[in-house]
Amino acid sequence: MREVYFYGTCLVDLFFPDAGMAGIQLLREAGVKVIFPDGQTCCGQPAFNCGYWEEARDVARAQVALFPRDLPVILPSGSCAGMMKNHYPELFHGQPDEAQVRAFSGRVYELTQFLVDVLQVRLEDLGEPVKVTWHSSCHAVRDLGLKGQPQALLGQLAHVELAPLAREHECCGFGGTFSVRQPEISGAMSCDKAADAEATGASVLLSTDGGCLLNVNGTLEAKRSPLRVQHIAEFLWERTHAR
Amino acid sequence: MHAEREILFRESAAAALLDPQLRANFRRAMDGLISKRQAQFPDPRDLQELRDLSTAIRSRSLLRLPELLEQLEASCTKNGIQVHWAETCEQANALILDLLRARGAKTLVKGKSMVSEEMHLNAFLEANGVEAIESDLGEYIIQLDGETPSHIIMPAIHKNKDQIARQFSQKIKDAKYTEDVDELTAMARKVLRQKFLEADAGLSGVNFAVAETGTLCLVENEGNGRMSTHVPPLHIAVMGLEKVVADLESVAPLYAILTRSATGQAVSTYFNLITGPRGADEKDGPQEVHLVILDNGRSRIYADPELRATLRCIRCGACMNHCPVYTRVGGHAYEAVYPGPIGKILTPQMEGVGVRHDLVHGSSLCGACGEVCPVEIPIPEILVRLRREATHSDPGSSVAGKGTGRLASEDWTWRLWAAVLKRPTLYRLATWFATRLGGTLPAGAPLLRDWTRTRTKPVPARRSLSERMRAEGGSHD
Repeated sequence: MREVYFYGTCLVDLFFPDAGMAGIQLLREAGVKVIFPDGQTCCGQPAFNCGYWEEARDVARAQVALFPRDLPVILPSGSCAGMMKNHYPELFHGQPDEAQVRAFSGRVYELTQFLVDVLQVRLEDLGEPVKVTWHSSCHAVRDLGLKGQPQALLGQLAHVELAPLAREHECCGFGGTFSVRQPEISGAMSCDKAADAEATGASVLLSTDGGCLLNVNGTLEAKRSPLRVQHIAEFLWERTHAR
Repeated sequence: MHAEREILFRESAAAALLDPQLRANFRRAMDGLISKRQAQFPDPRDLQELRDLSTAIRSRSLLRLPELLEQLEASCTKNGIQVHWAETCEQANALILDLLRARGAKTLVKGKSMVSEEMHLNAFLEANGVEAIESDLGEYIIQLDGETPSHIIMPAIHKNKDQIARQFSQKIKDAKYTEDVDELTAMARKVLRQKFLEADAGLSGVNFAVAETGTLCLVENEGNGRMSTHVPPLHIAVMGLEKVVADLESVAPLYAILTRSATGQAVSTYFNLITGPRGADEKDGPQEVHLVILDNGRSRIYADPELRATLRCIRCGACMNHCPVYTRVGGHAYEAVYPGPIGKILTPQMEGVGVRHDLVHGSSLCGACGEVCPVEIPIPEILVRLRREATHSDPGSSVAGKGTGRLASEDWTWRLWAAVLKRPTLYRLATWFATRLGGTLPAGAPLLRDWTRTRTKPVPARRSLSERMRAEGGSHD
């Protein structure tokens, strides 16, 4: 039986545990044994992005140590996957454990990447017709290099209509610490994103990333919008299982 | 110092966000530029090929920079272009004033030049009795209002047609009010035509300087560049020292990607190749041509192998056109000569990374700038590097003002953050409290206060994923 590790990420752990559970269930349903090592915290990206690399390394090192076996590491986040895959080698450049970290980075996948590229899952839509829209988070696309895997999965769902989001590739305004260091600009970007999402006429906005979801959701709630947000893993799990 | 400056960008950006006209002007203009650029690159593979080639040309030029600059000086000198070197803006200004004074020049007509903005040349000349007249239409518009450029290639992009119509009717002598673009342009043309004929000297920038042939390349759309460099008897060109390329062959791809990335044009209306003063048998052209090559911190940037990529820039402005921050706040909010993403990495390196800490943190690191940059400058990575430089003083670093943006409170925040997150038991305890009590935090709590300006309070789930997986048991290794 194929085995994989699952790395929950701090935002999913704390704010979207249902999305994490759904990701694990999707993998299990595809015939994979999922190992969820206890003691996971955060990939270290906030400190890394703010220039506090020693602190980021301390935290990153503690994560890498939890995944010793040569198994794929699956994350329900494009941003954290990008951090672990592309920026850990940079963060550990010249460190004594660089080789070990590089080997770990080579095993990192974002969830939809793994479902499509490796497992080639086939999904059967059991849900009612629904119109959704897609927010392609910046780090998932530009940093990790996600190329249409989430859309490919949504395309398998017969009763799901994907409404194009205007300025799909524009940042939602989250940006981690940016949202509180530059709250005015971040807020303006978030409000624009929320308005573009509402204009699609979709009832749900989907994304791979907890940061974007938390941000867009808070903005939509503040304007009492009927539009909801959902992590793609949770959406896929719900659609493929009759409630 | 750093705390004051950090507030600077945030405050000026916040003020800009409150101006609906400004926001509408930028959004409309940038959306237009994004789609025009897109139309020039229908095939992403062709674009990538041209980017790879352009990046390679710029990188190779920088690798050979000292040698190419010497060659450029020799070739220019052979062509009759007199070359001058300036380490600082003050030196460059003084050099230019001396050249003007030596010929008794009282008026200088200028083609567009960002390096002259960097030098604050106009103000300097004015203080010394020389009138400097901007002849690029956008530059002319902002000069009438005493403003600085809000975009590196479209300096008056913050104004719309109606605003310019009002401005012209008030500031140009005998002008009637019109909103017709052609009539407005004709009005400026009439004023400027006279200035070209009367000016004692002309000044221009340089897009590419060719070392092998001593050629100064100038890209423009209005013909004002050609007028500024050919009509007055004296032409002074100013360039940053990074603008040199090896040969004419290098210019073609760079020119192709520059105009497409900048304005979505396959070619510009004018492309000037300046190779020297008027020859003995020629009827027009300046009698003297001078080239002022400015350093102003560039050689310090050059010394760092990673930061050197900053100098690949060909000043197309695509990074600003695609930046979600720039698009919303416009160029003036940066309070810097170079706004937008390139300005966020260039300005702190020139002025000091501590004093312009505000700029390096004014980004969500979305990566749109790096994605469109025609010479693949890794702007987000450089922003992160500069954030690190601002707060850490690496002995091997040559970055200006390194370590001067450090705040004890920020140090402690990250230390505490790491102390908790590297210890699973502490993290478990923290998440236990967050999941049980997170919803009860007042919206006015630190950080939450800023978050909840435009959003509801984020409420943690009742049980974390880790907690649920622990309860499930069986899935551990």
